[in-house]
Amino acid sequence: MAHYSEERLGELLGLLRPAPEGWALAAQELPFARTSLDGIVAQAEQDAGFRKQVVADLEAALEHQGIEPSPRLVEELRRRLPEP
Amino acid sequence: MAIALSDAELVHRCRAGDLDAWNELVERFSRYVYAICVQGFRLSDADAEDVYQEVFTRVYTRLDTLRDDSAIRPWIAQLTRRLCLDQRAAGSREQPTAEPVDATREQVLADLDEAFAVRDALAELPDHCQEMLDRFFARDESYRTISSELDIPQGTIASRIARCLGRLRESLEGRNHPASPSSG
Repeated sequence: MAHYSEERLGELLGLLRPAPEGWALAAQELPFARTSLDGIVAQAEQDAGFRKQVVADLEAALEHQGIEPSPRLVEELRRRLPEP
Repeated sequence: MAIALSDAELVHRCRAGDLDAWNELVERFSRYVYAICVQGFRLSDADAEDVYQEVFTRVYTRLDTLRDDSAIRPWIAQLTRRLCLDQRAAGSREQPTAEPVDATREQVLADLDEAFAVRDALAELPDHCQEMLDRFFARDESYRTISSELDIPQGTIASRIARCLGRLRESLEGRNHPASPSSG
């Protein structure tokens, strides 16, 4: 059985501080973002016109789906889009 | 006081596409991942944010590869450590403030595991204790701020903190494995 002094408990409680605002929210939105990203890529594979539109403005394509166009998601979309 | 799902139950629900469970999983491990990045590996906030988001992206996309659902915490810890090392190797955008030697880093990471177990025990205390201890120790709020935010007399805060720490200690000392993985 471990013994904890109040001082040690205070130290340990102080080690796990909240991540900066917005980080957890961005992580929590991953499922929605990924589903939307999959949808864009799938449509781009079927529709060359749509693909061209997406390539022209990746950020707008994400925003149109209601996704915050973070650099990470923009880069992933760029990487996953089918070759023309 | 809400009854928390075990880690294994949480992972199971995440796999089934339960968005509330995913939100809870992120909430449960957010501070831990952040602490590994900035305390264990001394990453800048910019680099830590990259690692943090990559950790949760990989957790989300690779949850099916986790063999033991109750082992989510060590899995996340290992993933975070590997990504922190990759980030450092790739050359960070900002220089880290200091390079802890391996032994020091291992001690920091061990302390973070212990801190996680303490937070796990904290989650079992009444809400007012969780709030009080978190505000004072993890958010560095002053007695004045806590008094104002929680609408309680400033003069009673020290004794309330002491009482809540006592309850936390009792809870921890009643456990057989204080530094074991979280509630799995």
